[in-house]
Amino acid sequence: MTHAHSLAAEDITLAYGDRIVVEGLDLAIAPGKITVIVGANGCGKSTLLRALARLIPPQKGRVMLDGASLQHQPSKEIARTLGLLPQRPVAPEGIAVADLVGRGRHPHQRMLARWSPRDYEAVADALAATGIADLADRSVDELSGGQQQRVWIAMALAQETDILLLDEPTTFLDVAHQIEVLDLLTDLNRDRGTTIVMVLHDLNLAARYADELVAVRDGSVHAIGGPDEVITEVLVKEVFGLDSRVIGDPLTGKPLVLPSGRHHVL
Amino acid sequence: MSTETLIAGRRARVRRRSLLTGGLAVAVLVAFLTSLMVGNTFYGLDKVIRVILGETVPGASFTVGDLRLPRASLGLVTGLCFGVAGVTFQTMLRNPLASPDIIGISSGASAAAVIGLIVFSLSETAVSLLALLAALLTAGAIYLLANRRGFAGTRLILIGIGVAAMLDSLVSYVLSRAASWDLQMAMQWLTGSLNGATWSGVMPVAIACVVLVPVLLLHERHLGVLRMGDDSAASLGVRVQRTRIVLIVGAVALLAFATAASGPIAFVAFMAGPIAARIVGPGASLTLPSGLIGALLVLVADLVGQFAFDNRYPVGVITGVLGAPYLVYLLIRSNRTGSSI
Repeated sequence: MTHAHSLAAEDITLAYGDRIVVEGLDLAIAPGKITVIVGANGCGKSTLLRALARLIPPQKGRVMLDGASLQHQPSKEIARTLGLLPQRPVAPEGIAVADLVGRGRHPHQRMLARWSPRDYEAVADALAATGIADLADRSVDELSGGQQQRVWIAMALAQETDILLLDEPTTFLDVAHQIEVLDLLTDLNRDRGTTIVMVLHDLNLAARYADELVAVRDGSVHAIGGPDEVITEVLVKEVFGLDSRVIGDPLTGKPLVLPSGRHHVL
Repeated sequence: MSTETLIAGRRARVRRRSLLTGGLAVAVLVAFLTSLMVGNTFYGLDKVIRVILGETVPGASFTVGDLRLPRASLGLVTGLCFGVAGVTFQTMLRNPLASPDIIGISSGASAAAVIGLIVFSLSETAVSLLALLAALLTAGAIYLLANRRGFAGTRLILIGIGVAAMLDSLVSYVLSRAASWDLQMAMQWLTGSLNGATWSGVMPVAIACVVLVPVLLLHERHLGVLRMGDDSAASLGVRVQRTRIVLIVGAVALLAFATAASGPIAFVAFMAGPIAARIVGPGASLTLPSGLIGALLVLVADLVGQFAFDNRYPVGVITGVLGAPYLVYLLIRSNRTGSSI
C-alpha cells in the first residue's frame, strides 16, 4: 500500500495488577511480513499482542511505532496505522453488516461527519475482499460463525491500516473456514503489503502461513525466525512440553508437527 | 459489490430511522398539546397555541399558561432526560438492566433531594444541585466498587441494586420522621409526580437538557463503538476511559436534575431504551429516539393518571404499573438469551 511502518517492543514488562505476565521482552516486527506468535496457554502471547496494540501500557519499556512511543501518540492517529481484531468482539444486536464494517472507518471520520465517498469505497472494498458483499444489508446476528468472522475482518480492513494485529482469528471456526481466513490474510499481505501479526494456536497452520514465527515461553521470546528454524522437536518440547515428531509437510515443504501423545503411536 | 448498492442500502436504513424518529417527535408534540388542552375545562388547539405565543386569552391564560404549561413542560423535559440517561447507561454496559434507576443512581438523587427538602428545607435549585452531587457520588461509588476487577456489567448491576436498596431505605427513614405537612410533598420522592409544577422547578432541568443532551448526542458515535467491547473501541482510536467518564457524568447529571424536579418517575429510564430499540431497530443510534420515548411515556402516563380513573394518580404510579411487569419480562428473557439492548 504505502511505505512499511515499523513496530517494535523494547524491553517491555507487562502486568495485570501485581501479576507480571511478560518481563523484559524485545521484539521487532518484520515490516510487510506475516508474523505468527505461538506459545502455550497463559504464556503471555495475547498480552503481548494487546501491548503491541497499545491496549495495555507497559510497566517498563515501551512499544515503538515508526520510532515514537505508542503512549505518546494520539490514539486516533495510531488507529489509522495500526488495527487490532480482538479475540471476542461484540456485535451490537441487530446491526447491519455494512454498518458494522463501517465502524472500521471511525478513526478516519470527524465528530459529526457523515460517510464520505472514501468511506463508502473502503467499506465496499472490504466487503468485496472478504467475499461478503451480498450480505451487506443483512443483520450480523443472522450470520454463521464463519461469516461473522469475515465481517470482523472486513471491519479491520475498512480501517485501512498498514499493520493489522489479530488475536486468534481462527478460533471457533471449522477447518475449511480457518484456511479461508488465513488465505484471505495472506492475500491482504501480498496484494497490499499489509504487515500482519497474529496469535495462532495451531502450530501447523502457524508454520504454514508465517513468514516469521515467534515462540513465546513464560513471558519472553524463546525463539524467533522462519518456520524451518523455529519449529523443531526440541522447541516443541521446550515451549509446549510436548513430545513430537517434526516432518516436512508434503504439500508445502514447511515443518509439520506430529504430536506423540501417550496412545495410538505405532 | 458496487458502491452504489452499498450507498443505497445504507441510505435506506438511515432514512427509515429518521422517519421513525420524526414520527416519535410528532407523537411527543401531540401528547404535549393534548395535555395542554385536556383538563377540567377543555380548550381548543387555537386557544392553546395563542397562550403559548404569549397572547392573553381570558380563562385560558391562567389554566393553560400557569398550570398546564409548566406541568406539560416538566413532563416533556424530565421524560427526555430519563430516556437519554437510561439508554446511555444501557448501551454502555450492554445490558438493559443497567439503567440508572435500577442500579441505584436515581435512589442516590432521591435520597439527597428528600433530605434537602425535609431536613434542610432547601430551595429548588439547591435541591437540584444536591441531587446532582449525590447522584454523581453514588455513580462514582458503584463504579469504583464494580471496577476493582475490570468493568464487569453483571457485577456492577448487582452492586447497584444493593446500593439502591440501602438508599431507598434511607428515603423511607427520612419520610417516616417527616412532619405530616411535608409528607404530601415528600410522597413525590417515592413515586415521581408532576403535581404543582412551576417554572422555577422546570428551569434547572430544561437547562440541563439543553446543555447535556447535545453532549451525549455528540458522543453517540463513540458510544456505538464502545458497544463492541473496550479492546475494539480502543483499537479504533476511542479513548475508552475518557469517553466513558463523559457519558457517565452527562447521563448522571441529566438524571439527577430530572429526579430533583419530578422525583424518580418509576422505570421511565429503564423502559425507554428497549422500547426505542424495538421501534427504530436495535442496531441504530438510540439516544434521541429513547429521549422521545421517555417524554412520550411521561406525558401519556400523566394524562392517564389524571383523567382515566375516578381518582388522580401521580405519573410514577402509572409508569410503575407499566414498568414492573416489563422488568420481570426482561429478567425472564435475559435469563434465556443473555440478551443485550
